[in-house]
Amino acid sequence: MKKKFKLQDLDCANCAAKMEERIKKISGVNDASVSFMTQKLVLDADDGRFEEILDEVVRVCAKVEPDCVIIR
Amino acid sequence: MSGKQKKTLYRIITAGVIYILLLVLHFAGALEKLPYKAIECLLFLVPYIIVGYDVIARAVKNISHGEVFDENFLMLIATVAAFAIGEYTEAVAVMLLYQVGELFQSYAVGKSRKSISDMMDIVPEYANIEEDGELVQVDPDDVEIDSVIVIKPGERVPLDGVVTEGESMLDTAALTGESVPRRVAPGDSIVSGCINGSGILKVRVIRAFEDSTVTRILELVENAASKKAKTENFITRFAKYYTPVVTILALLLAVIPPLAAGGDWGDWIKRACIFLVISCPCALVISVPLGFFGGIGAASRAGVLVKGSNYLEEMAKLGTVVFDKTGTLTNGVFKVTEIVPKSMRSDELLELAALCEAYSNHPIALSIQEAYGRSPQTDRVRNAEELSGKGVAADIDGQLIFAGNGRLMADSGVAFDQVSSGGTVVHVARKDEYLGYIVISDTVKDGVMEAVSAVRAAGAKCVMLTGDRKEAAESVSEKLGLDGYHAELLPGDKVAEVEKLLRDDGTLAFVGDGINDAPVLARADVGIAMGSMGSDAAIEAADIVIMDDDLNKIPVTVNIARKTVKIVRENIVFALGVKFAVMLLGALGHADLWLAVFADVGVSVIAILNSLRMLKTR
Repeated sequence: MKKKFKLQDLDCANCAAKMEERIKKISGVNDASVSFMTQKLVLDADDGRFEEILDEVVRVCAKVEPDCVIIR
Repeated sequence: MSGKQKKTLYRIITAGVIYILLLVLHFAGALEKLPYKAIECLLFLVPYIIVGYDVIARAVKNISHGEVFDENFLMLIATVAAFAIGEYTEAVAVMLLYQVGELFQSYAVGKSRKSISDMMDIVPEYANIEEDGELVQVDPDDVEIDSVIVIKPGERVPLDGVVTEGESMLDTAALTGESVPRRVAPGDSIVSGCINGSGILKVRVIRAFEDSTVTRILELVENAASKKAKTENFITRFAKYYTPVVTILALLLAVIPPLAAGGDWGDWIKRACIFLVISCPCALVISVPLGFFGGIGAASRAGVLVKGSNYLEEMAKLGTVVFDKTGTLTNGVFKVTEIVPKSMRSDELLELAALCEAYSNHPIALSIQEAYGRSPQTDRVRNAEELSGKGVAADIDGQLIFAGNGRLMADSGVAFDQVSSGGTVVHVARKDEYLGYIVISDTVKDGVMEAVSAVRAAGAKCVMLTGDRKEAAESVSEKLGLDGYHAELLPGDKVAEVEKLLRDDGTLAFVGDGINDAPVLARADVGIAMGSMGSDAAIEAADIVIMDDDLNKIPVTVNIARKTVKIVRENIVFALGVKFAVMLLGALGHADLWLAVFADVGVSVIAILNSLRMLKTR
C-alpha cells in the first residue's frame, strides 16, 4: 500500500535525506521518499502491518528531526 | 513568515542588540576592568543562549539518540570550543549568523515552495449544483457522476464533464500554458482546472473528483519530487560522507599539530572549529532539489508535465527525438492535398470525383466529399457501383465516369499518369479519356515544421517511426527535413528500432500519442506523450506529458532542462569551491570563524537565490 503524508516543520534538507534513508531500512517498507520541497512523505509498505510500520516511521523521524511532525 | 520564523526573528534581534552592546563595551575596554574573566564569559553567554537555545536543545536531544554528525551538535561544539579558548565575540557571532542564515534559508524555501504551489493552484474549491431551482455550492468531492453542475463566468471548472447547455470561452492556460481561450458549446467535453470565460455553462459530470484531470495532474507534479535526478542522489550520498569526514578532519586538526609539533592548543582548536562550522552540506542538499523543483515548476507553467527531476536531467542531454508519425507529426486525417486536371478546371475535376463517390462511405470518398464541401447533386448520378479494391464507377449526366486507382484505369483501358506520391492517388476518367488525378494524403500538423527545426537547432536528431507505407513516410520526412525515418513497422518493430537508436549518444526521447505506443514510451530514455487534454493512457505511460499536444514544447522543455542543470551545476561548484577554499585557509590559519559562517549559511543562501532564478523562467 502506498500512502502520502504531510510533514510539518521539516526545516532541514539534510534531515529529510537522513529520514528517508532510515525509513527505507525499516522492515516491511518497500519504498519511501521524503521530499523536502513538497514537505511530503510517500510511504510504500506492507498492507497488513501498515499501521505498525507507520508507528516505527514516526519513531525514527523523531530521532532524526524532533521538530518534524508526520500528520497522519 | 510563519509563527516559528517570527519567533526566531525576535530572538535574533534581541540577542543581536545585547551582543552589539557587549561588543561596544568590549572594544571600549570596559570589560577588561571586570575583576574576573568569567564574568565577561557569562555576559556573552546571555545573547548566545537567547539566540541559540534551540540549537543547544536539539543537539543534546540528538546526541542522546546517537546522532553524532548532527549539524546542531557540531555547531554547539564549535561555539563551545570557541568559548573555551576565550573567543567570546566570535562564538556569539557564529551562533547569531548561523541562525540568521537558517532563518533566511527557511524563509526562502518556504517562499519558493509557495510560489510553485500557487502556480499549480488549479484546485477548484467548490461546484455549483442546482437544487430546487437554487444554486448550492458543494465540495467537488461530493458530486456524483452524471449530476449536472453549473459553472458561472470566471469560475474554475471543478470537474471533468460534457457541456449540456450554454456557450463560453475557456481559459486553459493553467493546464496547457496556452493563452488563447478555447471555445466550447453543448456536446464539447471540458476538463477541470480551466477557467470559464463570460458564459454560463451547464455541465454533466463524467468523472468523479478523485479521477478528474486536476487531481491527476496535481498528483503527478507532487510525485515528481520523489523521482530524483542522478545529481540529487549524488548529493545525498555525498552529504552522507561529507559531514563525518570534515568532522574527523577537524578532530585531527585540533589534536595532532599541538601534540606532534607542539603547536598552541587554542590556535589549532580555533582552526578545527572552522571545519566544524563548514561541516553541514546544507547549501547543496537544499539548492539542488530546489533547482530541479523550480525547473519542473517552470515546465508545468509552459504546459509540460515532467514526472520527475530525473527526466528533466535527461532532457538536458537530448540526443535523438523519435517521433511517431500518425497523430504526432501528422493529423491522421486524410485530406485532398493535390488536384491535377488534364483538360478541365480543378473544381470541375473535384466535382466529378465527388459525384462519382457520392454513394460511397470509403474514407477516400469521404475526404473527397469534404474537399468538395457541398452536398453532391445525387440526381445527376446513376448506376453508381463500387469496384472493390479499385474504386468506383457511375453514370454522371449520362456519361460513364471512373474514379479509382491505377488498376481500375488499366482495367478500363485508360492511359493514365504514373504518379509516385506519399498519398493515395485517385485517377478520374470519362470512359477511356483520362481527366486527371487527385491526391489524398495525411497532412502535417500545424507548427510541427517549426518544432522539428527547433529540436534540431537544439542539437538533437529527429527520426520518425511509422507503420505506414514507405512512400507516405518519405514524403513527410522530406517535407519536415527529418534526419531519418523507418517505415512499415509493426508495433514490436518500433521497440527494436528504438533499442538500436538507444546506442547513440545522448538521451533518446520518444514522442507519441500514447495510445498504441506504451511499450516504446517505456523503452525510451524519456517517453513524451501528447496529453490531448487528459487522455488517461498517455498521461499514465509517459514520463513527460505535453498538455496541449504542441510539439514546440519539446525545445522549450529542453531549454528549461538545460537551464536547470546549469544552475544546479553552478551551485555545486560554487558551494564546494567556497567550502574547500575556506577549509584550506582555515587549516593554514588564514581564516577566522566569520568566514566559516559565510561558507556555511552564506553559501546556502546564495545557492538558494540562484536556484530561485528557475522560478522566473518563462
